[in-house]
Amino acid sequence: MILVLVETDASGAIEVSREALTFARSLGDAGGGIPVDAVVVGDVADALRDQLATYGVRTVHRVTGDAFTSYAGAAWAAAVQEARRQAGSVVVMAAGTPRGNEVIAHVAAREGVAMAANVLSFGGLAPFVVTRQVVGGAALEEMRLDERPAVFTVAGHAVEAQPAPARADAALVDCAPAVSESDLVARVVSTEEPEPDLSGSLRSARVVIGAGRGAGSADGFKDLLELTDLLGGSLGVSRVVTSLGWRPHHEQVGQTGSRISPDLYIPCGISGAIQHWAGCSSAKSILAINTDAEAPMVTKATYAVIGDLHEVVPAINEEIRRRQG
Amino acid sequence: MTNVLVCVKRVPDSSSEVVLTDDGQSVDGRYAGFTMSAHEECAVEIAAQVTSGGDEATVLTLGDADAVEQLRASLAVGCTAATHVVADPQRFGPADVAREIAVVVRDHEAQGRSHDLVLLGNDAADSGDFQVGIRLAYELGRPVVNGVNTVTVADGVVTATGSGPDGHETYRVPLPAVVTILEGGVQPRYPTVPGRMKAKKVPIEERTPAAEPTGPKRVRLLLPPPAPSNVEILGTGPEAAPAVVDVLEKLGVLAR
Ligand SMILES: Cc1cc2nc3c(=O)[nH]c(=O)nc-3n(C[C@H](O)[C@H](O)[C@H](O)COP(=O)(O)OP(=O)(O)OC[C@H]3O[C@@H](n4cnc5c(N)ncnc54)[C@H](O)[C@@H]3O)c2cc1C
Ligand SMILES: Nc1ncnc2c1ncn2[C@@H]1O[C@H](COP(=O)(O)O)[C@@H](O)[C@H]1O
Repeated sequence: MILVLVETDASGAIEVSREALTFARSLGDAGGGIPVDAVVVGDVADALRDQLATYGVRTVHRVTGDAFTSYAGAAWAAAVQEARRQAGSVVVMAAGTPRGNEVIAHVAAREGVAMAANVLSFGGLAPFVVTRQVVGGAALEEMRLDERPAVFTVAGHAVEAQPAPARADAALVDCAPAVSESDLVARVVSTEEPEPDLSGSLRSARVVIGAGRGAGSADGFKDLLELTDLLGGSLGVSRVVTSLGWRPHHEQVGQTGSRISPDLYIPCGISGAIQHWAGCSSAKSILAINTDAEAPMVTKATYAVIGDLHEVVPAINEEIRRRQG
Repeated sequence: MTNVLVCVKRVPDSSSEVVLTDDGQSVDGRYAGFTMSAHEECAVEIAAQVTSGGDEATVLTLGDADAVEQLRASLAVGCTAATHVVADPQRFGPADVAREIAVVVRDHEAQGRSHDLVLLGNDAADSGDFQVGIRLAYELGRPVVNGVNTVTVADGVVTATGSGPDGHETYRVPLPAVVTILEGGVQPRYPTVPGRMKAKKVPIEERTPAAEPTGPKRVRLLLPPPAPSNVEILGTGPEAAPAVVDVLEKLGVLAR
C-alpha cells in the first residue's frame, strides 16, 4: 500500500498533492498494481472525495478531532502513522510543500527510518532508488530507500497532475490517532489573513516583472513599477535586491522566496542563478532584459532584449502607452 | 536568561556554476568557495538578537577543519562561544548529524550550560534534507517549531512566526525547544572590525564525533543535463521596444 498525505484548500486537493498522487500511482503500477490511499486532515467534502476517486485513490483516511483544529506537525505525523497502520502501507509520501516536508520528516524520525526530500523520479524498486533535487535544484542525488516504510516527498512539478485512467472507490474511513500532549506543544496558536497584494498576488499573477541587481539602487525601480502597473502584474525581485534592502523580502522569487508560475515573467537585470531559477522555472514564457547576452537568464529565456534596463524599460512603457492611445 | 545554540553547516557556494567531485559524492567547493546557507545566517542573527542582553549564544558545526571559518564568521556577528565537531560531513546522514548535536547539548547541559533554545536552518543549502532539526527534537524529547522567520523569547516562552498556507502563523512554545529558521524575517548584520577581532580570540571547543555515523543513503550525485538554449533575441537597447510590445500582444498580456 502507498499512503499519500493530501493537503487541501477551498477548491479541493492542492495541485502539488495531486501531483504526488499521480507519482504514487505510477509507483503503484511499477509495483504491479499496489493501491494508493490518501490521508486528509479535516473534513472531506463530497467534491474532494470525488476528486480523489478520479485520481485513483482506494481509501481516504479522514482525520478529525480536537487535536486537529489548528496545525501541529507532530500531531499530523501521528495521524499519518495511524493511517499507515490502517492501510498497512510500505510507502508514505507527501508533496514537498513546507507542511509536507515537515510532517514527513516527523514521520521518518518517529519511525526511525530515512527520508528523501523533493524526489523527482524513482529508478529501481528493489532496491528502491529515488532521484531527488539537492543544492536548490542545481544537482540531483540518487538515494536508496531500503527501509520500510519508505518515506519521501515529491518536488513540486516533478510530474504533471493527471487523473487515473479509471476511477477508484475513494472509500471514506475515519482515522482517530492517539495524539499525546507532547505532540501538541508546538502548534499554531493564531493565523492572520495574509495582507492583500503581498506574495499571494505574486504567486498567482499572470505577469511578473522581475528586478535584480541591475536595478542599481533602491531608487532604480520607478520604470519597472510603471511597467508592472501598465501590465497589471506584480513585481518580483532577486535575493540581492532584498539583501541590499532595496525591496521587501515578500517580493523575493526563488528557492528562499516565492515560487511563481505566471504566463509571462520579465526578469530585468537578473543573472538567473539556480536559486532564483528555482522560483521562476514554471513561468510559461520568459522575456529577459539584460546587458549580458551570456547571462543564464538570457540563455534560458524564451525571448530576450540585450541592453540596459534603464533605457529598455522606459522605451517599452512608452510604446505600450502609445499603442493604448 | 536564555542560552541559545545555533547550528550551521559549511556548504559550497552554489550561486554560480556547480561542479561535482570526481567520485560524484559531493559538490566541489574548491572553485566557488564556501559559505553557510541563507537560512542559517538568519538563525545566527536571531541567536544574536535573543541573547543581546548578555546571554550565551553558542554556534555549532559538524564539519572538517576548514569549517572553523563559518564558526568565526558567526562569532563575528554576535555569537559568544563555538563548538566544532571535527569530522567529514559527507560521511554523516541527517540522523547522524542530529544525534551528534544532541550529544553536545546533553554534554553542555551536564556542564551547567543548558541550551534552552536550539536554532537550525530549515534545510541545508547543499544536501537539502529538511529534517535535521526535527530529528534533533526527537533525540532531545523537545517540541520543534519548523520553518519560521521571527523568534522572540520572554518569560521562558518562545514566540515564533512564519507564513503558512492560510496566512501568517504564530507559535508559542515553552522552553526548552528546537526552532528551525527560514530566511526573510530578519536582516543578518555585517561583521564590524571589532566584531572580527573579538571573534578571533574566542576559544573553540573541538570535539570528535560521539559515534560512528551510519552515513547518508546517497548512491551518487548527478548534474541535470544542460537545457538547450532556444532564446529569441528581440533586439538590442531601446530600439527593441516595439518588438517587445508585439510579443506582449501576442501573449495576450497587454490590457487594452
Ligand atoms: C541557499 C541560497 C538560497 C538563495 N535563494 C535565492 C532566492 O530565493 N532568490 C534569488 O533571487 N536568489 C537566491 N540566492 C542568491 C543567488 O545565488 C544569486 O546570488 C542572486 O539570485 C543574484 O541576484 P541578481 O541576479 O539580482 O544579481 P547578479 O547575479 O549580480 O546579476 C545581475 C545581473 O544584472 C545584469 N545587469 C547589470 N546591470 C544591468 C542593467 N543596467 N541593465 C540590465 N541588466 C543589468 C548583469 O548582467 C547580471 O546578469 C540564494 C543563494 C543561496 C546560496
Ligand atoms: N554538519 C552540520 N553541522 C551543523 N549543523 C548542521 C549540519 N548539517 C545540517 N545542519 C543544520 O540542520 C539544518 C537542516 O539541514 P538538513 O536537514 O540537512 O537540510 C541546517 O540548516 C543546519 O542548521
